[in-house]
Amino acid sequence: MASISFEHVSKTYPDGTRVIDGLDLEVGDGELLVLVGPSGCGKSTVLRMLAGLEDLSGGEIRIDGRVVNDLLPQRRNLSMVFQNYALYPHLTVRGNLEFPLKMKGLSRTEIDRRVRETAAMLDLDALLDRRPKALSGGQRQRVAMGRAIAREADAFLMDEPLSNLDARLRVQIRTEIAALQARLGVTTIYVTHDQVEAMTLGQRVAVMRGGRLQQVAPPWEIYQRPSNSFVAGFIGTPGMNLVRAPLDSSNGGLCVRLGDVRLTLTAQALADQPGLADRTGEDVLIGIRPEDICLAEAGATSALTATVRTAESLGHETLLHLDSPLTTVAADAPRRVPHGEPPALIAALRGHHPSRPGDAVRLQLDPADLYFFALDGEAIR
Amino acid sequence: MKASRLGRLGSYLALTGLALLFLAPLAMMLAGSLKPNERVLVEAGTLAAFLPVGASLDNYAAVFERTDFLRFLFNSVFITGTIVAAGLIVNALAAYAFARLQWRGRDLLFNLVLALMILPFEAIAVPLFYGASILGLRDTYIVQILPFIANAFSIYLFYSFFIGLPRELEEAASLDGASTLRIFFAVIVPNSKPAFASVAILSFLTWWGSYLWPLLVTIVPEVRPLPVAIASFYTLPPLQWGDILAFGTLMVMPVLAVFLMFQRWFVRGVASSAIKG
Ligand SMILES: Nc1ncnc2c1ncn2[C@@H]1O[C@H](COP(=O)(O)OP(=O)(O)OP(=O)(O)O)[C@@H](O)[C@H]1O
Ligand SMILES: [Mg+2]
Repeated sequence: MASISFEHVSKTYPDGTRVIDGLDLEVGDGELLVLVGPSGCGKSTVLRMLAGLEDLSGGEIRIDGRVVNDLLPQRRNLSMVFQNYALYPHLTVRGNLEFPLKMKGLSRTEIDRRVRETAAMLDLDALLDRRPKALSGGQRQRVAMGRAIAREADAFLMDEPLSNLDARLRVQIRTEIAALQARLGVTTIYVTHDQVEAMTLGQRVAVMRGGRLQQVAPPWEIYQRPSNSFVAGFIGTPGMNLVRAPLDSSNGGLCVRLGDVRLTLTAQALADQPGLADRTGEDVLIGIRPEDICLAEAGATSALTATVRTAESLGHETLLHLDSPLTTVAADAPRRVPHGEPPALIAALRGHHPSRPGDAVRLQLDPADLYFFALDGEAIR
Repeated sequence: MKASRLGRLGSYLALTGLALLFLAPLAMMLAGSLKPNERVLVEAGTLAAFLPVGASLDNYAAVFERTDFLRFLFNSVFITGTIVAAGLIVNALAAYAFARLQWRGRDLLFNLVLALMILPFEAIAVPLFYGASILGLRDTYIVQILPFIANAFSIYLFYSFFIGLPRELEEAASLDGASTLRIFFAVIVPNSKPAFASVAILSFLTWWGSYLWPLLVTIVPEVRPLPVAIASFYTLPPLQWGDILAFGTLMVMPVLAVFLMFQRWFVRGVASSAIKG
């Protein structure tokens, strides 16, 4: 078991593309850290540099305080689960589990013991004499996990280990991985582009974008106090709505105008985000989670009127994509004024709401649920 | 429907014709090797050339009586076998270094190796011959083996196979603690059987029939391989065509055996099915 730290790590590929830029990240001993971000943001590169499969262009990586930059992958004692599992096709499941143990030079009895234990833990006993070719995707995934576990490495690195599985299996194995990690207490870095996986699995979640860390925090904090509009839009399904609107003063406090609705900010919001007061009279970005929008009650005096663009019923909730009088902007590029149609305002309503395109709806918002960002996307604190 | 059936028939006929054309010399060799000597030339121009009337193994007995066939066979098997076996190791290792390892001058050297493929052996036979003479290697096995172990075409074949293997396998193995050489022998080799089979077959065929070089560097029959031996058998009086065809048949058998042994791997698909989900 080990702690891992990245210090000012950067990576530029030989063709000149800078993929990782000044990465600083600490992973504690026994921690499960999830690295999440959109495709191409450099997650795999981070993992591969840690594993020694890719050189660093700058900075240092330490395992248990020791700089490992120049250590061969063979000498780092890390185990990795690859997205395509990378099982040895010519070996049986047993052979795959044994391979790293043989490389370590363990005795036959020790190898047998570990294979037996691992197989029991992951329910692989019946599969030991099969080749990877004769396994289902989920079984291969378990073998890959087993190969990593039997090693008793200092840390597990997992690069999108579930992305080749169907949705149901993904949920099941996700839970198993969390339980297994907790039981073994092995430091784990888990890479995914799936924010649900990140939120359910991580003790801490590191959100990355374009080679830079955006925020590292426990899942609830990422959800409740996103450090910028990108994180806010990335975490949550569907992502947060962003609306551009001015902050006005109103008898001693602050308020925002969203269409016809005037929302007075709560004292709590002002206390939590003192930066808001400095921006009186300026335009800011207001974040509204789709799940915080509800239909206005029949007699409500002030409500936001919008028109349904499309409606998606998921059974337990209905997603309304709405045209509204608000200035909606994209979460990943808040400053760009969209050409043509602005992004829809999305509302996630509990239960089933029969709506058709063109229907008018009246919406209600609670000012306590709003998030505030500066126009460049940084959260106002 | 009808047209396509006709077309099918036509192509079958054409294919059968071609197959017969290619098989005819072999069939004639086999038939002739079983016939009395005096009948071989007489019937050569007729269909009877393919019919072993009055078949016997007399010609085969004659081959063993008149020549030291087993010695030549041993020489050929030993020389070709060593070239193939050593070549598999040397060329595969070289190709792996070109395909996967990072080192200075790699690409330049690889291009040089590729360029060697277009160099015909005949072009360097004479300088090579002088080299062998100076080293005092004439009339040895080693001079018939050594120049052919490293082979540009084999390296190229291995290279193109290795470059297509999923890199994750090697990466997984390196994280599992395997050294580069260990990765090569424990992961690459077992997953490259089709490449090894192809190279084995192709180089076996090439060197089994090699004639010019052994003719140049050997004089004593003790180290001569079959192709040189059959050529001198032609000139060994009395000229017996049945015996010569029997010699030829015996020479072809090992080739067929090797091919049948390896062809199962020759066409085998790659290990990739276990890699992809
Ligand atoms: N060998 C390479 N040479 C040049 N650029 C590369 C190389 N490998 C990766 N990249 C680039 O680096 C960036 C980050 O790649 P990386 O594989 O780390 O992304 P990722 O976050 O893992 O994405 P995904 O979720 O799709 O796996 C990408 O833009 C990719 O095109
Ligand atoms: Mg990746």
